[in-house]
Amino acid sequence: MENNSNLIINHTAAAEKTKISVRNLNFYYGMHQALFDNNIDILEKQVTAIIGPSGCGKSTLLRTFNRIYQLYREQRAEGEIFLDGENILDNSVDILELRRKVGMIFQKPTPFPMSVFDNVAYPLKLHFSLSKSEIIDHVEKALRGASLWDEVKDKLKKSGMALSGGQQQRLCIARAIAGEPEVLLMDEPTSAIDPVGTLKVEDLIEELKQEFTIVIVTHNMQQAARISDYTAFYFQGKIIEFDITEKIFTSPANKQTEDYITGRFG
Amino acid sequence: MKKRGLFFRKTTNLAVTAASILTVGFALLFMGWILYTVFDNGFRSFSWAFFTEPTKPYGIPDGGVANAVLGTIFITLGAVVIGVPPGLLGGIYLAEFAKGNKLGNVIRFSANVMMGIPSIIVGLFVYALMVYTTKTFSGLAGSVALSIIMFPVVLRTTEDMLLMVPDALRESALALGAPRWKTTVNIVCRAAKTGLTTGVLLAVARVSGETAPLLFTALCSDSWPFGYFTQPTSNLTITITEYATNSPFPEMHTRAWGAALIITAAILILNISCRFLFKDSRHGK
Ligand SMILES: Nc1ncnc2c1ncn2[C@@H]1O[C@H](COP(=O)(O)OP(=O)(O)OP(=O)(O)O)[C@@H](O)[C@H]1O
Ligand SMILES: [Mg+2]
Repeated sequence: MENNSNLIINHTAAAEKTKISVRNLNFYYGMHQALFDNNIDILEKQVTAIIGPSGCGKSTLLRTFNRIYQLYREQRAEGEIFLDGENILDNSVDILELRRKVGMIFQKPTPFPMSVFDNVAYPLKLHFSLSKSEIIDHVEKALRGASLWDEVKDKLKKSGMALSGGQQQRLCIARAIAGEPEVLLMDEPTSAIDPVGTLKVEDLIEELKQEFTIVIVTHNMQQAARISDYTAFYFQGKIIEFDITEKIFTSPANKQTEDYITGRFG
Repeated sequence: MKKRGLFFRKTTNLAVTAASILTVGFALLFMGWILYTVFDNGFRSFSWAFFTEPTKPYGIPDGGVANAVLGTIFITLGAVVIGVPPGLLGGIYLAEFAKGNKLGNVIRFSANVMMGIPSIIVGLFVYALMVYTTKTFSGLAGSVALSIIMFPVVLRTTEDMLLMVPDALRESALALGAPRWKTTVNIVCRAAKTGLTTGVLLAVARVSGETAPLLFTALCSDSWPFGYFTQPTSNLTITITEYATNSPFPEMHTRAWGAALIITAAILILNISCRFLFKDSRHGK
């Protein structure tokens, strides 16, 4: 637990609200512990990047925020994660509602085997009872929100799997924001798509941040520097340094952070 | 280390290629031969009456096999109705809910054992279970016997097909707040739809040529198969057996070939449509 206290940023100056606060989080894959005593505060409507070498626990952290790890029996989390003050690791939490509030984008685009329209309408039908025309409106809104509308407005009936990789990823973003979540988790969302698609997604993140709290895992240092407001550097399941992105990339306090961002290891 | 020479590699390559081609040729030769014989002999029996008239009692030279075709369809459809739903549900349970648990392993093991049971034993079992107790052969009993053969096949293919669906797809549905069962039905099964259909069709193809299990259950009959639930029910495979082995009349032999051709063609068509189905789904529509 050494120097854990200074990992929780004290932003009295910026009047930003904490959206997620992680306290003493430990995570286990069966016997293997992947996260050790994590403490971190994610601020509302900011982009927080999680960086660190492969296997350091970035995805693991993200997957605790919507408890998706529960799909696998042997995985478990200990500690507390507060979303707007409510501990989401508590068993009494409505997990379906939690997942509506906390959307997730995966590394590889995962369009459902149905039309573009139905992909985006899926979460709407899950969580709301809307009329047909309301659904149509919301789907359009979500697709516009994901900067995809102009490209797909003529092929809404086509299979979502027939889009390009970059379009598929934005379709997944549209789907994730359709249910009007508050937080978006993105696990290396651009690592499986081409540079043009990547740029579009990055621009999109810039816009989405007006409305959503975004936590993004990335292996791309430039990307983290470009799009995030805060950056956490992970190493071997521990948060080594967490600060304003600019600070992390210009004058990191920790030697390991510096070595990593300058490419000396990782 | 001593390097193997180019010559050695080339000859090995040639030998292995030649051996493979020979083996394939051998398999194709026999398949072609069988198909040719069946088609050649079968076509001769084809006539309007062959497809429209029922089988006639022993010794009467004319008649068709229409009742047997219909009976086989009834029995097979009955087997699908009885055997496919539990097979699908069991496969879904194994793939989606039983990962690594004991019950799952027991079910999987039992299914494997069931697949290895000779079909005549299944026939005997259903005889003891249904025919002996109700004192009557019936098409339904035949369907039950075939469904017992189908069940493990459908179960295992369903499991395999569902396991081919990437976890990322399940996770993305769950991450939207979909409950587990909706994820399974709306997303996972839909993604595996063609695979599941193929599995069922292959299971149908597998049982529609079965004879032994029907011997003790559906038996055979010269009437139309409308006594499916309570009476012996005509069907193609036993008709073939009867006509081919128990009859000195050449007309009956010809009709047996004709019936054989119908079954062969049907199974061929089933298998080929499976191929096309599966191919289509791979390219994504
Ligand atoms: N399903 C799993 N079962 C067991 N151990 C796992 C599993 N997933 C991850 N781990 C282990 O947990 C640790 C953290 O993994 P995690 O996937 O969070 O790393 P990561 O930082 O996201 O890496 P990458 O950058 O390669 O995606 C690693 O040591 C990994 O081996
Ligand atoms: Mg990862």
